Amino acid sequence: MLKEYRTITEVAGPLMVVEQVKDIKYGELVEIEVSDKEIRRGRVLEADGSKALVQLFEGSAGLNLAKAKVRFLGRGIEIGVSMDMLGRVFDGFGRPRDGGPQIIPERKVDINGNPINPYARTYPSEFIQTGISAIDGLNTLVRGQKLPIFSGSGLPHSPLAAQIARQAKVLGTEEKFSVVFGAMGITFEEADYFIQDFRRTGAIERAVLFINLADDPAIERISTPRMALTAAEYLAFEKDMHVLVILTDITNYAEALREVSAARMEVPGRRGYPGYLYTDLASMYERAGRIEGRAGSITMIPILTMPEDDKTHPIVDLTGYITEGQILLARELHRKGIYPPIDVLPSLSRLKDKGIGDGKTREDHADTMNQLYAAYARGKDAKELAAILGEAALSEDDKRFSEFADEFEMKYVNQGLEEDRTVEQTLNLGWDLLTLLPVRELKRIREEYIEKYLSDVRSA
Amino acid sequence: MEEGRIIKVSGPLVVAEGMSSARMYDVVRVSDSRLIGEIIEMRGDKASIQVYEETAGLGPGEPVYTTGEALSVELAPGLIEAIYDGIQRPLDKIKDLIGDRIERGIELPGIDRERKWHFEPRVKPGDSVESGDIVGVVRETTVVEHRIMVPYGIKGTVQDIKEGEFTVSDQVVTINTSNGTEGITMLTRWPVRRGRPYAEKLSPYQPLVTGQRVLDMFFPVAKGGAACVPGPFGSGKTVVQHQLARWADSDIIVYVGCGERGNEMTEVLTDFPELTDPHTGEPLMKRTTLVANTSDMPVAAREASIYTGITIAEYFRDMGYNVALMADSTSRWAEALREISGRLEEMPGEEGYPAYLGSRIAEFYERAGRVKCLGTDGREGTLTAIGAVSPPGGDLSEPVSQATLRVAKVFWGLDSTLAARRHFPAINWLTSYSLYLERLEEQISEITAEDFGDLRKEAMQILQEEAELEEIVRLVGIDALSVKDRLSLETAKSIREDFLHQNAYHDVDTYTSLNKQRLMLKAILDFHHTALDAVESNIDFDAIMKLEVRDVIARMKYVPEDEKETLNSVSRQIKSAFQDLAQAVGGEEVA
Repeated sequence: MLKEYRTITEVAGPLMVVEQVKDIKYGELVEIEVSDKEIRRGRVLEADGSKALVQLFEGSAGLNLAKAKVRFLGRGIEIGVSMDMLGRVFDGFGRPRDGGPQIIPERKVDINGNPINPYARTYPSEFIQTGISAIDGLNTLVRGQKLPIFSGSGLPHSPLAAQIARQAKVLGTEEKFSVVFGAMGITFEEADYFIQDFRRTGAIERAVLFINLADDPAIERISTPRMALTAAEYLAFEKDMHVLVILTDITNYAEALREVSAARMEVPGRRGYPGYLYTDLASMYERAGRIEGRAGSITMIPILTMPEDDKTHPIVDLTGYITEGQILLARELHRKGIYPPIDVLPSLSRLKDKGIGDGKTREDHADTMNQLYAAYARGKDAKELAAILGEAALSEDDKRFSEFADEFEMKYVNQGLEEDRTVEQTLNLGWDLLTLLPVRELKRIREEYIEKYLSDVRSA
Repeated sequence: MEEGRIIKVSGPLVVAEGMSSARMYDVVRVSDSRLIGEIIEMRGDKASIQVYEETAGLGPGEPVYTTGEALSVELAPGLIEAIYDGIQRPLDKIKDLIGDRIERGIELPGIDRERKWHFEPRVKPGDSVESGDIVGVVRETTVVEHRIMVPYGIKGTVQDIKEGEFTVSDQVVTINTSNGTEGITMLTRWPVRRGRPYAEKLSPYQPLVTGQRVLDMFFPVAKGGAACVPGPFGSGKTVVQHQLARWADSDIIVYVGCGERGNEMTEVLTDFPELTDPHTGEPLMKRTTLVANTSDMPVAAREASIYTGITIAEYFRDMGYNVALMADSTSRWAEALREISGRLEEMPGEEGYPAYLGSRIAEFYERAGRVKCLGTDGREGTLTAIGAVSPPGGDLSEPVSQATLRVAKVFWGLDSTLAARRHFPAINWLTSYSLYLERLEEQISEITAEDFGDLRKEAMQILQEEAELEEIVRLVGIDALSVKDRLSLETAKSIREDFLHQNAYHDVDTYTSLNKQRLMLKAILDFHHTALDAVESNIDFDAIMKLEVRDVIARMKYVPEDEKETLNSVSRQIKSAFQDLAQAVGGEEVA
C-alpha cells in the first residue's frame, strides 16, 4: 500500500507543493486524488528535503488543499507498449480516446528513454521518396532523419505532412512501415483532418495516434511527444518497422514548458522560454535515427508554427540547430496559389548528400540540385532588381534567370495534393527548367552530365 | 571514503549535506547507482553537485561518496582513434557492455588497461631527466608516435628502463629522485580544469593549412592560434569544422561534439576511417580523438566535454606535436553553464548567462597557443583551438559570440544569405577577419611564391569594389557602369564562384593545396589584367565575356592536384585566347 499524503501546502498555476513527505524521488509520477471519482497525475520537479514540488498535468481546478490525497508512485511516467497500439487513438497521456478497450501491454516503458550512444548509430543514408519535388529533388529526406516543417498560421502544413505520410516510400523495398502521430494542443479540426486522411487511405491500420487537443490540459502536452516517441521506438527498434513520427505543434509544446518554467520562477532565457529549452527539445528530436544492427528506423517530421513567421523565434531557432535541416513554408508562395508553398532557398536537408546520387537516386542529382538552387537564387535577385529598376534594366542573362525563377515556382515547386512524382520525374523536370538558361551558366554541373542529360531533354 | 546525504534534487543539480571534508571541484559518486558528479559550490557542510548523468529517481536521503580527486582525464597510448563521452568514458566499450543506449552509473576507464603496447626506450640508465623529458615512445597508430614523458614534478636520474610489450599500468621506467625512487608508467592523469604546464609560451608564426581556399587564402589561422566560426543554423558550421578536422595539416586532431547532433558524430565515425589524409596517406582516424556529448546526453557532462577535449589536446601538444582542437559548439557548452548557474540560483548576467561566462570562454581559448614544451630538448608544440558558435537567430550581439570575439584572433563569419544560395563555405569575405594575416605572409610565400600576398590583396580589393558597385547597380542599373567597372564585377563574380565557392562533397574540390590555390587565383587575376588591357584597346566587352577560356578557369577547381601541367597551362591559354581575339578583331578591321 502506497503512503498517502494530505499535506499539500501550496498550489499555484501548474505547480503544487507537498510537505512532510519521505523517500520521494526526482522525476517520479504522482497521483492526486481530487475527489472519490477523480484522479489526476503529476510529476516531481524538485525534491527538497521533505518537500516535493509537483508539476500537475491536468490543472488544479477543484483541488482542495486539505482534502486532496497525494500518492508517490515510485516510478517515472510509463507507457504500456504492444503491437495492439497500431490503429488506435490515445489521449496525450496514453489513455484510449477512441472508445476502444485498454490495450494489454507487452511491457511498460519509461517515456523519457535513455540517450542513444552515438557509437551505436548508423548514419542515415536511405533515400525516402515523398513524391514531392521540392523535397525529393532539393531537400531530400532520408530514413532516420529529423526534418521539421517550419510553417505559419494559415499555411498548409497539415496537408503537406499528411501527403508525406501517405506517399513516403523507400524505393525498391517492401518493408514494414508505420506512422506515429503526436498532436500537442492542436484544434479538433486539425486532428480530425489527419484521422480522416489516415482512414481514407487505410493508413490508420498501421498508425498510432496520441492526441492532446487545444482544450485538453496544457501541461499534459509535455508528456505527449514522449509517449509518441516511446511507442515509435518500440515499433522501430523492437518490431523492425520503419516509423514516420509526425509531431504537431511544437510551438504549443514549448509554451507549456514555458508555463511551468515561469511558475517555478526560473531565470528566463530568450522571450521568456526556459534556458534549458534547447536541451529539452533535443531530448525529443534526438530520438529519431537508425541504430546499428536494428532493421527499423525513426524518421521525424515535427511541425512548428512560427509566431509572426519569425524564423529567429527561439522555438524555431533552437529546433533548427538540432534538427537535420528544415522545410520552410512561405506565405508569399501560398498567396500565389503554389502548393506546397515550400521556400526552397532557406530550406535545407543536411543529410541529403549521403542519400542521393548513383545507386540511390541518380548520378546527376547533387549537381543539378546545386545548380537549381543557385539559378533560382539568381533569378530571385534579378526579379528584385527588376522590381526597382524595371525589366529593361536587366541584362540578357538576368532576364532568362528571372524567367527561370517563375517557371521553377510554377512547375517544379507547385504540384497537386495527390500528385506523387517519382524521383526521375523530379530530376527530369529540373533538366527541363535548366534548358531555359545558357549552358555556360551551368557551372555547378559536371560536363559529362550536361552532355548526357541536357541533350536528352533537348531532343525530347 | 566520506559519506554525505542528498537533501535536494533539481534536474542535474544535487545538494548534499555532511560534505565538510570535500573540496571544490572534487568528483563525487551520487547514490548507490554511483552516478558521477562534481562539486561546484560549497556552503558550510552543504555541497552543490552537478551530476553528469540523468538524475531521475534520485531522492533526499540517498548517500553521496567523495573521492577526494578532481575531475581528471587519463592520458596514455590508446587515446587516438577513441571515442569518448564528455567525461572520457569510451563509447565503443559502453556499447559492447550494455548496448545501444547509454544507461546510468557506468564506470569504465578512459584507457584500456589490458592492451599491450610496445615501449621503446629513448633514455638509458644513468641519464638525468626532468619533467617533460621523453623517456620512450610507443607506436600508437601508423602515423602517431606516442611519446612517454616524465610526469610533472619529477626530476632525477634514470635507474632502470625496460623495453618490450607492456600495459599502460606497468612500470616501465624507474627514476631516482631526491625524495627516493619514482616508478613511471605510460599512464598519467591530469585534472581537466587546469591547463597543462609548459616552459614558455611563444607567438604563433606557421599557417595551419586547411585546403579550404577561402580560409587559407584570405583568413588563415596560425598553428597555435584561436579561431571562431559563428553562424546561424544551416549556414554550414559543422561542415566547416568537419572539413578542418579532415584536411588541416595537423599531427593530431581532437574533435569535440558538444551538445550537437548524434548523427554528426556518427558521420565522423564512419567517414574518418575511410578518408585518407593527404599529408600522410593514412586514414584520417589514425590521428583523431573524438569527444562526443550529443544534445540528448546529460547537460552537465556537456560542460565538462570541452575541458576533457582540450586537456587531451594539450597532452599531445606537450609531446611536441601540432594539435588542432575543434569544438562544436561552444554555445551549447555556454548553455550548459547557464542551466547549472540557474539551478544554483546565481544572479544572472546578460540573457540569463552567468556573469563569469566571458572569463570562462577566455580561459578556454587561452589554452591554445604555441609553446616551448617542458623538458630539456626544447621542442615546440602547438594547440590550435577552433570553436563553433551558434548565436540565436544568427545575431552576433548575443553574449557568447561577443565574449568569443574578444579572445579569438580569427573570425570566420558564416552568412545565411550565402548559405541560402548554396555558396559554401558560406564564409562572408567582407566581415570575416584574421589577425594572423601579416604574420603568416612570409611563411605562406615561402611555401608557394612571392606573389601570394599581392594576389590576395588584389582579389580582396576587387571583392570590396564589387560590394560598392552593387550598391550603384541597385540604384541606377548596370548600364550606368563603365566597362572597367563591369569587368571588375565579372572578375569578382569569378572569384566568388570559381575560387571561394568550394564543394566539400566533391572528390577533388574538397581539398586544394596552397600552390593550386595560388594558381587558381592567379588565373582569375591574369584574365582580369589581360581583359583590362584588351578593353583599353577597344576590344568588345561582350566578346571578352564570351571567351571559352573562362570555362577553363571555372573548372580549375575540379582538376586534380597531380595534373600540374593542366593547371600551369591556364595562364598560357588565357594569353593565347586574347591574342586570338585581338587578331580576329584586327582581321575584321582589315577586311
